[in-house]
Amino acid sequence: MKALNIIETAYRATIEEQDDTVVWLTHAMKGAGADLSVLLRGNAVNYAVKTQDASGLSFGDTKQTQPPRLAEDITRLIGKGVEVYIVEEDVAERGLERTDLIDGLKPVPRAGMPKLFAGFDRVWHW
Amino acid sequence: MAGKKLTFALMDSAFESARTTTAMRLIDIAARRGYDITVFAYEGAVMLPFAKQEQHANKVHGREVEEENHPLPRKFIASMMTEAKKNGGSLDWINCGLCVDERGAGEAIEGVRRGAPPDFWKAAETTDNTLVIATR
Repeated sequence: MKALNIIETAYRATIEEQDDTVVWLTHAMKGAGADLSVLLRGNAVNYAVKTQDASGLSFGDTKQTQPPRLAEDITRLIGKGVEVYIVEEDVAERGLERTDLIDGLKPVPRAGMPKLFAGFDRVWHW
Repeated sequence: MAGKKLTFALMDSAFESARTTTAMRLIDIAARRGYDITVFAYEGAVMLPFAKQEQHANKVHGREVEEENHPLPRKFIASMMTEAKKNGGSLDWINCGLCVDERGAGEAIEGVRRGAPPDFWKAAETTDNTLVIATR
């Protein structure tokens, strides 16, 4: 079975969880042998931006010493053989250049999404 | 419709989102039809079967505890487990273990088991369809 995880809701609990919960879930399921791909769309295309930095958060004396490192997490997913697609128009609308993003992503136009979905047995919109 | 299998992944916690009520309605229909249902409760959704949920009076409504009969997700889940079984199906509720730990939600109602993302994948592989209802 092939499944596609669509991640659209961005930065959902990333500070508290130290990652994106669906990126983490994808890592965990891939580790158990799942055949998964990811599509980043909407604000979640920002997960691929290399220079993002969520470090430095503190409340009183309590410091968040391990901030989320989303671009690294996506890179590691790609390294595990997970294909990560990204919607071209959503990247462009946010003023992002290709050079702002990590390597290994597979750009897909909005109009190409139905064809992409057709290649999967399950499509899960998180 | 006996023999049909459905898998759900839920993310929202109790009492905060109409999405949870919608998910419960769908699961209830499947239970009444005797489906074998797997629910993977992820993140806040592990609070849905939390055993310590309690009803309360509501002075704004002018009702005491019994009359108010405040809805409790744990009771809904227990009832749906019974309903599924009564109709020849089952409701296997899996709480994401790490999500439970970070919330201190270890005390779940009977019938809820601890699991991990691979359990969701395993269920999805052997199911007729899978529905993800995530937090927005």
